[in-house]
Formats: sequence, structure tokens, C-alpha cells
Amino acid sequence: MSEWLAWLSEPFTFPFMIRGLAAALIVGLVCPVLGAYVVLRGMAFFGDALAHIILPGVVAAFLLGWPLVSGALIVGVAAALVIGAISRRSTIKEDAAIGVVFAGCLALGIALLSARRGYAVDLTHILFGNLLGVSSADLALIAVLGTLALLAVLALYKEFLVLSFDPLLATTLRLPVDRLQNLMLILLAVVIVVSIQAVGVALVLAMLVTPAAAASLLTRRLPVMMGVGAAIGATSAVTGLYLSYYTDLPSGPAIVLTVTAIFFIALAVGRRPLWRRG
Amino acid sequence: MPQSTVRPPDHDPNAPSLLVDQLSVNYNGTSALRQVSFRLPAGQRLAVVGPNGAGKTTLFNVIAGTKRPSAGSVRIFGHGPGGDTCIAYVPQRSLIDWAFPVTAAEVVMMGRVREIGPLRWPRQHDWEIVRGALDQVGLADQADRSLGDLSGGQQQRVFLAQALAQEAELILLDEPFTGLDFPSQEALFSILDELRSAGVTELIATHDLNLAAERFDLVMLVNRRLIAYGPPASVLTRANLVQAYGGHVHILPEGDGVLVLTDTCCEGDEAGV
Repeated sequence: MSEWLAWLSEPFTFPFMIRGLAAALIVGLVCPVLGAYVVLRGMAFFGDALAHIILPGVVAAFLLGWPLVSGALIVGVAAALVIGAISRRSTIKEDAAIGVVFAGCLALGIALLSARRGYAVDLTHILFGNLLGVSSADLALIAVLGTLALLAVLALYKEFLVLSFDPLLATTLRLPVDRLQNLMLILLAVVIVVSIQAVGVALVLAMLVTPAAAASLLTRRLPVMMGVGAAIGATSAVTGLYLSYYTDLPSGPAIVLTVTAIFFIALAVGRRPLWRRG
Repeated sequence: MPQSTVRPPDHDPNAPSLLVDQLSVNYNGTSALRQVSFRLPAGQRLAVVGPNGAGKTTLFNVIAGTKRPSAGSVRIFGHGPGGDTCIAYVPQRSLIDWAFPVTAAEVVMMGRVREIGPLRWPRQHDWEIVRGALDQVGLADQADRSLGDLSGGQQQRVFLAQALAQEAELILLDEPFTGLDFPSQEALFSILDELRSAGVTELIATHDLNLAAERFDLVMLVNRRLIAYGPPASVLTRANLVQAYGGHVHILPEGDGVLVLTDTCCEGDEAGV
């Protein structure tokens, strides 16, 4: 028994592990709540694109010593506007417009970062996360932004629900559809920035989409889906961190592999198990 | 009928529920609707009839305020679109995500989101209205079931309950009878009858010319322009139908001038048209 406890507590004798755990837990709890809308509205590709699109903003802020989130927000909002303008004013469809901006921004971000010596390490951290390098200041920022994003999603629950389920109704109810839509994109950008240190730009999508998708296999109530998704996200964060500590896997991939495994378990045992589908 | 459907003082009492004047809508250079004008008094049920691609959904979108006209105007109880929240618009079935994780009661509550106001949660009073609305459409016992688990007719009634909870005075229904069996259709009509007698105005797009002839106060025949508008017997004449449908309609004359008609055009949606 005590051996087991020692095994469990050993990683957290290190302060950086405690900070890493706290950061991973926040990401695991917050991402799936917003992720429920990403899954229900079919915005997975957009979410992945947004995570890469903000890269130049993150890098520029990093180089200038600004808070990372400021650069991410500026680039994220600008890109959303550019994508909208391209798909409205030309014959190019929205997903192609997203693809163009996505790849261009990723290249720009890497180009900016390459100006620094030893940029490969920075790039690896931005792409795949650096949970064990979370400083106290980082953790404070993650906690504040994560809480704000969560509060915003709760405060606007019924508006986001209408917008996601029936945009026509949102219009006939005279809700501020465009502003709500933009706010959801901004919240996505905030949540992505919060997640960068935990899982990195390349794997953020896993925290946004996978827990919420797994939860959607287990329940047909949106509030429950958000709660179960958060529970899956948090469980994956903790489990992944142990996996990382005891197997020397990088923490980002360890967390993502865990959440992916949980998704496939949910797929197998969900309310409509695979073998009973006709 | 709840008094809840009869509403506020901010309306011009002398204005018709719907006044459409010289309305034109263009899409990518082609004309979807041309110079449509009509006046719909309150408490009437209007069938909007025409072949696929005739612009029925476009007309509804413009009235609901989700599309802007290229020319002309729409006034609802004297207001321009956007100036009121008294419109309920139930879209075609194909536009609704039936797998979305919501219960019947939650869908009905969505009709009250504006009324509840920002940063507030539904109160006891709102849940009572939702329960009353579900009761009125005969779904009190289905409140907590998932939308996707209900039958087609029940799903349409959930959306009518949503319109009730919204306290809508003008209801737009796009092809609500498609895919419904006869009892479900009758159940829908008995609710629509109650709503109409409470003064609610109903605009219903339908492919079913028999229903249009028998169950509606007014019929509008459109095919990118207004071909005829008025009581069913004066609108559904052979000449008008040939104008609207070309050769795609069988016309069987009956004794007193009312025709039994079959729209042989495909039962499909005209999403995006």
C-alpha cells in the first residue's frame, strides 16, 4: 500500500511537476467544455487551423517579451477576418481559404522563430508543449485565462446553444449573431493559447476535440457532455503526466495518447456500442 | 389558448401582420424573386406554393431577416425586419441537426432566450411557460426525451411549442408536412387551428396542393415572381397552375370549381435557393 502511495506521490516531490500537473489539469478541464461546441458545430478543422494560425503571433510576442496571449489574439482575430473576406469575396470555399491562411501562418511563425539561435528547441516546445517548463507566472496566466474562458462559456451557455443548434433561430430572436460568433472564435484562441504549454500547437486539437467527442458517445445531454468531457480531459492530463514521468515519454504526446485511448474505449462501450449498430 | 400569444403594444394596431412591397432578391446575378408584393392580415393562414426553386425558402429568409432583399421592403406589424422578435421560423427538416444533444424541453426553452436576457438563466416562470407550451402541443410527457428520439410529427410539434414559448405572432413553417403520415399531419393542423384562432398569422410553404386548397385561408402561387395571391379557389386555377408549374402538374377539375391537384415535381429541398 505504502509502495503504491510512494509511486503515486514520487513525481510530485518536484515543484515543476506540481506546476505541470496544475497546468495540465486546467487545460484538461477547460478545453473540453468549449470543445463540445467545436464537436457539435463541426469546427474541428477550423480549431486545428486556428491553433497553427496563431503561431506567428505567439512567436512575435515571445520575441518581443509580450504576453503570448496578446500576440495570439491579434493574429487569431485578423486571420478569422481574412478567411471570412476570402470566402465571401471570391469563389474559393471556406475550407480552402482556411487551408491557405493556416499553412501561410505556420510558415510565417517558423520563419520568425528561425531568427533566433537554437530555435529548434523553442519550436519543439511550441509545437508539442513543454509542461515541465511551466513557470509560476505561466501557471498564473493559464489559471486566469482558463477561468475566464470557462466563465464566458457558462455565462453565454444559452446563447451559444441557440447559435450552435439553430442559427436561424438566433437570427429571428435578434441575438447579436456576429458578435457571438466572433466571441466564440476569440474564446477558442484563448483556450488554444492556454493549452500551448501543455500539449503544444500541433496537439491542441486533441484536447479540444477528443474528450468532447468521447463524451458525446456517452451522453445525449449537452451539459452532461461538457461535464463528462472535462472529467475525461482532467483524467487524461493526470494519467498522461504519470505515463510521461515513468516512461520518459514527452508529456504532451503522453496526455494525447491517453485521451485517444479513452476515446476508443468510449467508442466501444458508448450508448450505441459499435457491435449493435446496424 | 394562452393569452401569451397575443402581444405587446409596440405594434401598429392598424398595420397588417405582413406587408411585402416590390420585393426582389438576387443571387450571384440571377433573380430568385422579382417584385413580389402582398399584404397578409393578422390571424390568417397562408400557403406558399410553387415548384422547387421557386423562391419559397428565399421569401421566408427575407421575411425572417436572415437574408437581405436586393430591392423592396418587408414590414412586420409595421416594423422592418430586425425591429421585433415576434417571428418564429421553423426551417426545413434537412437544415436541423437531429443528433444534437438536446431534449424537447431544451429546444422549447430556446424560444425564450431573448426574453430571458443576457447573462441570466431560465427562471421558474420560464420553465412553466415551456411546460405549458409542450402541454399545448400534446408533448407534456415527452419533455425530457432527446429531440432525435421523437417521431417526425412530434419533432414538428416541438418547434411549434418553441414558437409558443417565444410568443410569436407570425410563424413561418418551411415544408412542415413533408414525410408526415396523416394522423401526424392532422395533429399539427389542430395546433395550427388553435394558434390561428388566437390571432397568430401562419405562413406555410408546402408542396401539397390539396392541403393548400382545403386547409388554408389564402394561397400564394410563386415561381420567382408572384403569380397569384388570394383565396384558394381564385388562385388554384388551371391557368395559374400552368403558369407556375408548366407541364409538371395534373389538373383534375371538380364540381364546384375547386380542383384536386397533384404536384408531380420532386419532393426535395431547395436548400440554398
